[in-house]
Amino acid sequence: MKTKSAAFWTSALALFALSLPAQAPQILTLAEPQKVTVPRQGETRVALQLSMRPGYHANSDKPSEDYLIPLRLTWDAKAPLEPVEILYPKAKLEKFEFTEKPISVVDGDFEIVTRFRRAPNAAPGPAFLTGKLRYQACNDKMCFPPTTIDVKVPLLLQ
Amino acid sequence: MHTFFRLSGAAILAACLLLPGCASVASRGEPAPGSSRDASARKAAPDFELKDMNGKTIRLSDYRGQVVLLNFWATWCGPCKIEIPWFVEFQRTFKDRGFTVIGVSVDEDGWEAVRPFLASRQVNYPVVISTVEVEQKYGGVDALPMSFLIDREGRIANTHVGLVTKKTYEDEIRRLLD
Repeated sequence: MKTKSAAFWTSALALFALSLPAQAPQILTLAEPQKVTVPRQGETRVALQLSMRPGYHANSDKPSEDYLIPLRLTWDAKAPLEPVEILYPKAKLEKFEFTEKPISVVDGDFEIVTRFRRAPNAAPGPAFLTGKLRYQACNDKMCFPPTTIDVKVPLLLQ
Repeated sequence: MHTFFRLSGAAILAACLLLPGCASVASRGEPAPGSSRDASARKAAPDFELKDMNGKTIRLSDYRGQVVLLNFWATWCGPCKIEIPWFVEFQRTFKDRGFTVIGVSVDEDGWEAVRPFLASRQVNYPVVISTVEVEQKYGGVDALPMSFLIDREGRIANTHVGLVTKKTYEDEIRRLLD
């Protein structure tokens, strides 16, 4: 009885899902950024925690082929912090069914760290850093259109 | 045993839905690769009108009476690049039997990106640049490559999302041409 019921509900769930329109899947997930305290002087590092869906990869920030779209983080210019350097995750070289030779990709859980310096006119108090993360993902059989994730990091400027 | 298979089938279907590519295929009600939908179950391929690289209008309905392989692709799509030489070969082999490939690029940069690519690959079939409207007509192009094999009556006989084998395409084309 239990197994019949399980089969029924699993099938019902599957049929319901089938009736939904096809949607671009969420392949790369950005963890909610934590508030960053910005000291009056010195450098501030902001780390974005990212997680790629298993079985998928994105091109690294330095793709090995010209035609591939790189992982790219950009910060909005009007911010209390000025980016000094963006440190992308270490890429791995991986061969796929559709590549003749290994290509430079990132996958799994990784972080992108940005080193900032405080803008000279930045006032103390709460603020936000905003930016965009663009990536293009594939799995072994198919690729997905380039996607942009909006990034918003809460700050507390001392 | 029956229950086991029923459960397994349901579990596979549910698991499949959690996989993006698989979900796309499943939601499009696909026959197994290499086979085609029964003629009675085929739906009309939505018509469109787009310009090719030389400004010539490519209208799908103008190809009625031919078998058409409608391929959505992009220059940044690795699996698409594997298929394109196959399509060039199919165009050469089957053109005289009433077959054509139509490539629909979804590149954001349009001809700027596509023109050099076509020249480098000596693509011998019509290629157009996609629009959101055309993609919507085909259920949304959420993964590439995405191809539709259209029979001589203008109906969709097969849909493929993702890389399939050259033989799969070849078998399906031959079946529709015969």
